[in-house]
Amino acid sequence: MQGKDSNRSGVTSFFTKLFRQQIFIPLAALVLLAVFNLIADPGFFKITLGYNSAGNPVLSGFLITILDSGSELAILAIGMTLVTAASGGQDISVGAAIAISGSVLLRVLCGTDPRPEQLQAPIIVAFLVSCLVAMLFGAFNGVLVAYFKIQPMIATLILYTAGRSIAAWINLNALPIVSEPSFTYFGEFIPGIPIPTPFFIAVACMIIIGLVLKFTNLRLYTQAVGINANSSRLNGLNPAFIKFISFVILGLCVAVVGLIKVSRISTINYSVIAKDIEMDAILAVALGGNPLGGGKFNMTASIIGAYVIQLLTTTLYKFNVQSDALPAYKAVVVIVLVVLSAPVVRDWISGLAKKSKVKGVA
Amino acid sequence: MLRKKLAVLLAATMVVASIVGCGSAEEAAAPATDSAEEAAPADDAAAAADDGAAEEAEPAAASGELITVGIINNDPNESGYRTANDKDLKETFTEENGYSASFAYSLKNDEQITAAQKFIQDGVDYLLLSAADTSGWDSVLKDAQDAGIRVILFDRTIDADESLYEASIVSDMAKEGETAVNWLKGQGLDEYNVIHIQGVMGSAAQQGRTGALDAAVEAGEMNIVTQQTAEWNAEKAQQIVQSVIDSGESFNVIYAENDDMAKGAVAALDKANISHGVGKDVIVMGFDCNKWALEELLAGNWNYDGQCNPFQSSYIDEVIKTIESGGTISEKVIIMEEKGFDATTITQEDVDTYGI
Repeated sequence: MQGKDSNRSGVTSFFTKLFRQQIFIPLAALVLLAVFNLIADPGFFKITLGYNSAGNPVLSGFLITILDSGSELAILAIGMTLVTAASGGQDISVGAAIAISGSVLLRVLCGTDPRPEQLQAPIIVAFLVSCLVAMLFGAFNGVLVAYFKIQPMIATLILYTAGRSIAAWINLNALPIVSEPSFTYFGEFIPGIPIPTPFFIAVACMIIIGLVLKFTNLRLYTQAVGINANSSRLNGLNPAFIKFISFVILGLCVAVVGLIKVSRISTINYSVIAKDIEMDAILAVALGGNPLGGGKFNMTASIIGAYVIQLLTTTLYKFNVQSDALPAYKAVVVIVLVVLSAPVVRDWISGLAKKSKVKGVA
Repeated sequence: MLRKKLAVLLAATMVVASIVGCGSAEEAAAPATDSAEEAAPADDAAAAADDGAAEEAEPAAASGELITVGIINNDPNESGYRTANDKDLKETFTEENGYSASFAYSLKNDEQITAAQKFIQDGVDYLLLSAADTSGWDSVLKDAQDAGIRVILFDRTIDADESLYEASIVSDMAKEGETAVNWLKGQGLDEYNVIHIQGVMGSAAQQGRTGALDAAVEAGEMNIVTQQTAEWNAEKAQQIVQSVIDSGESFNVIYAENDDMAKGAVAALDKANISHGVGKDVIVMGFDCNKWALEELLAGNWNYDGQCNPFQSSYIDEVIKTIESGGTISEKVIIMEEKGFDATTITQEDVDTYGI
């Protein structure tokens, strides 16, 4: 058995280690919000099994809502993390791109008639077409950023401005409505399974990106390009292509989210669908402790960050905070995060930790 | 070195381009103002002639000369309402009906003002305006007046002197709200526990539709379970209603300020197996009379939908005809007739006529 002293230093070193971990920030935020909710109203964590109006079993409760709505954000966070790491900037056009891919999806499903009696194409075909279109628009952003060397935020501003008009134009301003019940499975529930489908889709995306990062060089190359594009070029990488491909991957994520969003309401509203979602996606990356200037990244932290943001949103809704005031609260979170992750503050905190350690030993 | 040269070259081209740009704009502007000045006395003369003998003006209109109108509207993609509005205008102001119409769309006030200036330079006879913002229109409308162009406002009113425009054809949003709330009061529920889903805060539609409900709540006739803005967004409305359901509060009315948000709210109800519609647990109310929404009424899934009439063009047409034939507009503000539909009385005919 060891002495009390070494035990204590073990604990401190555990905490310093934990604090150094990037994943500490989103986890701390998660715990903080969870504890706050536990104290304010333990009913927040209640989950009940009920039946929806179609007679299928569904779980409901605040936690399920978070899993449900947070999943689309988590999928976007995957792509946004890669773009941030590789290009050192953010794509602000994802909301508009979701409108486009959703519009394409409905266009293929409905054909020329906005109110079809039956679907004009299988859902999978429509989804693949929308994937292709979304990846094309991602490639457009990617080319501007990677080959024309335009600042990512400026390059994606083009699509941010034009995207929703393009989306409306694809369907000639009509608002198609899908009446096929199986189309709602993607955004709601599959009959017999009480957990919302978006969560399964998000898990599938996480597994895929996990495998890709494990078995390919994507992580290494992306980080190398993000840290120093020139030196990675001298080492035989193609930085432009790596940046380009990160935007294409984000395009794929956008198409998946587009499917979920459109499926939820079986229709689309070009001007409001996925409005301001780019800010939440960027916030998820920031909350995950990833440097917004590119370089190293931690995918798990970003995904947790996405769910934390939804937890924050749902908590604010629960306490009846005016929903147009939500961005202000999120802004506070951003300020705290940015300040905390600034090198000056980090040095200061680690300095404090060292001092206390020295005191502890003495 | 090469890069520097390129930069210098580029800068030089830009300077040249901007000079050329300015030049052509000035050149274009000069004759346009000339023609406007010429047009003004002509119009005065026409007005004088109108005063004297109305018959003289009529043959002029009938002689096949088209009335030119410049129409400034919001982006037709904005909503189903705007799409229907734009379509209605395009169908009315055709050459067959004696008009030559040009359209300009923008959701931004400054772009709309630029478009108005262009129409003034083009010397249109009438300027039809649905302003993005209520303020900032005084000077440009003054220019129009000096150029003898008559201005008619539709759909949205502005903060400007009444003398600057001929007529303003608008919806009374407050009345829409009152009609809806009166209908709700007539339902004879023991208790009204309302989830109130608002549009974008500060918009005329939101203020009008919120006002009537707030008044009823203040009078103690109804309780608000939650009052939140979903910014016309179905998903946000779904989250708001979901949040109320999750917290276990009871409610029996959903008052959504447009159809999209009502649809989102209903999606949350369906998920929790809460029955809604005629004779069910929750009353669902929407606004705007989208065709699909009226069909929900017809099927008994919703209870009420309030109309927001996008068909102003027949009113505008009438105003123009009156002015052209020398008549005067007695009331500057023309409020359109708007209905509220009850699910128990709506017919297929209503859906076809009023659905947008």
